[in-house]
Amino acid sequence: MFSLKFGKALMPGGANLPHFKDTSKLAPVYMDPPASVIIPMSMHIGAPATPVVKAGDHVDVGQLLASAGGFVSAPIYSSISGTVKKIDTMLSSSGAPMQVIHIESDGLMTPYAEIKAPDVHDYDSFISAVRESGAVGLGGAGFPTAIKLDVKDTSRISEIVINGAECEPYITSDTRTMLDRGEDIKYGIELLEKYLDAKKIIFGIESNKPECIEAIKALTKDDPAVSVCKLPSKYPQGGEKVLVYNTTGKLIPEGKLPIDVGAVVLNCTTLAFIGSYVKTGMPLVKKCVTVAGGAVKDPKNVIVPIGTRMKDVFDFCGGLVCEPKKVLYGGPMMGISVPDLEQPILKNTNAILALNEKQAPTQDTSPCIRCGSCINACPLHLDPTAFTRAYKAKDGAALEALHLGMCMECGCCSFVCPAKQPLVQRNRLAKAILRQHIASKPKN
Amino acid sequence: MLDVIIALLPVSVAAVIIFGMKSLALIATCVIASVLSEFIFNLACKKEQTISDLSAAVTGLILALNLPTTVELWQAAVGSVISIVVVKCLFGGIGKNFANPAMVGRIVLFLSFSAKVAGESNPVIKSIAGIDAVSGATPLAEGAETIPGTMQLLFGLHGGSIGETCAIALIIGGIYLLARRIITWHIPVAFIGTVMLCTLLAGEDPIMHALSGGLLIGAIFMATDYVTSPATPLGKIIFGIGCGLITALIRIFGSFPEGVSFAILLMNILSPYIEKWTVMRPLGTKKAKGGEAK
Repeated sequence: MFSLKFGKALMPGGANLPHFKDTSKLAPVYMDPPASVIIPMSMHIGAPATPVVKAGDHVDVGQLLASAGGFVSAPIYSSISGTVKKIDTMLSSSGAPMQVIHIESDGLMTPYAEIKAPDVHDYDSFISAVRESGAVGLGGAGFPTAIKLDVKDTSRISEIVINGAECEPYITSDTRTMLDRGEDIKYGIELLEKYLDAKKIIFGIESNKPECIEAIKALTKDDPAVSVCKLPSKYPQGGEKVLVYNTTGKLIPEGKLPIDVGAVVLNCTTLAFIGSYVKTGMPLVKKCVTVAGGAVKDPKNVIVPIGTRMKDVFDFCGGLVCEPKKVLYGGPMMGISVPDLEQPILKNTNAILALNEKQAPTQDTSPCIRCGSCINACPLHLDPTAFTRAYKAKDGAALEALHLGMCMECGCCSFVCPAKQPLVQRNRLAKAILRQHIASKPKN
Repeated sequence: MLDVIIALLPVSVAAVIIFGMKSLALIATCVIASVLSEFIFNLACKKEQTISDLSAAVTGLILALNLPTTVELWQAAVGSVISIVVVKCLFGGIGKNFANPAMVGRIVLFLSFSAKVAGESNPVIKSIAGIDAVSGATPLAEGAETIPGTMQLLFGLHGGSIGETCAIALIIGGIYLLARRIITWHIPVAFIGTVMLCTLLAGEDPIMHALSGGLLIGAIFMATDYVTSPATPLGKIIFGIGCGLITALIRIFGSFPEGVSFAILLMNILSPYIEKWTVMRPLGTKKAKGGEAK
């Protein structure tokens, strides 16, 4: 309504967050292999992977531990060399039980002998290589990458958007990918151009990372198909719908995927990983994570074997200086808080934060005064106050009519609320009511 | 809420300068009565104390600024109690009231003690200002002796409620609220613009109408109350235009000289409906009835 267009249209709403990206100057360091790792079978959206090893087996780095448990799934590989101690279940950060494989390190980090670069020569072999690599959306979503890329008909793709927005505070692991892994990114771009017929590749990078914008521009200066789109530093630029709209001008309709408007979105670290996998054949076994927060002694970017306990990673960063108020997978806006430090680093973990009392204060809420800040902050023009009313009335039909399903849980509404109402948290709870409502509807 | 109090400081100071110490007494009475009645209500109903959110203090302050110095202090206190207890607390407290408490308090006082609330200003000011226009009712009242000039209106040297006369102080407060993003431009601009347009069409002086009576304080501080106005931008514009139309109609055709409070009250009642009509369609969803996807 009455918004003036200056140049390019941008998605409305969003929130101006502090950035806290102090670790962006710190090149990642390798962590010493931990004594043991815990590798969950659910590190992606979709069916859990099925273990193919048993207790007592010796495994090397990159050896298959579990194969994809369905179409929407991803295989899982050993991140260290050593012995499989046991396969059991533990509670995930969401409180649901998940199957995990415990591996005790032999301290050698021996690469698996049979690892070799995959044979990639056409579209099908490229997609199957991506599937075998164990790649999932490394920006945090964890959606199996092969399914996203498997569009069957490459003429459906009009542009590939590379997500380098990294809009969450604290996190700088994608920043480091863009700065340090130019070769992998470049090779990844070549693969996309060769096998997905990508004619237009757009990097979306927030303006608070000028060094990344420069690095990618320099890297791709000879490639006319690649462009860099400087995004405003306004959260959530990395949200898929926001990113596609702000880089291509295309609005993804409700319930549709980016490919329905001709776009494929890939995180920059996922792209770099695909490049390195096709070159070397080493599957997804390690991850660069930003370790930050006021409770961490030496915040830094660390490359860790997947499955490393959070505690070991924090110890590597000098340990915790105080009892953390909150420990998160991911950023403060969308991150998931964990119950204990035994939780392992997952494939899609891009940061672990240990926030102190000051950074995660308990806030007193006050009644909603209908100021409308949340409505204006929602990038999708959803109405969190209406969600709250429908949630309190347990009205699934109303929640459906309000398009609750579109909420991407970016947290802008909670962030801007002057009454400190837990709006996004309530949206998540309301989604359970919505699911029940949809499940109870007669199908015809 | 603290920002609203800060924004009301210039006009409060202006009120004391123009209308004398009685203004200070009125402000103190209303603020104390408002906060105290909320405190006692919460205590009596075993509810959580809410006076620290400062909303009761703001209500008292706005009510005081909407009263002329002719009002007795006990009358002002009655108005405050009605504002807080009847209009706000009985409807469930902050965020739940359907109408602006301070405004309903003013309307109740206006209808109950018409002679006092119609407003006559302090004769002390007459001597300071050296002009005759400060006596008498708001310049909008029929038969007001002299119509004050624009400069007099800007500085508030004329009759009326203590907080409604000094246009400059009100505008400064409004700019502060806009700069702090407490309010948006939609309601004040639509409200004042509509009044000016209507009075211009009716052959009256739109500048005089904009700067006199309760229009500025109403449009900037009372119509913009979050709780009782629509949350959507388009809804705010419709709300503002509605307030402006009713104000202009009362001023031009009605038997009361002033219509701002009635206009806001009537639009408060419509506000949930306006919000329902103007709710924003989520991006990427289809229109409810046919139509194409955006």
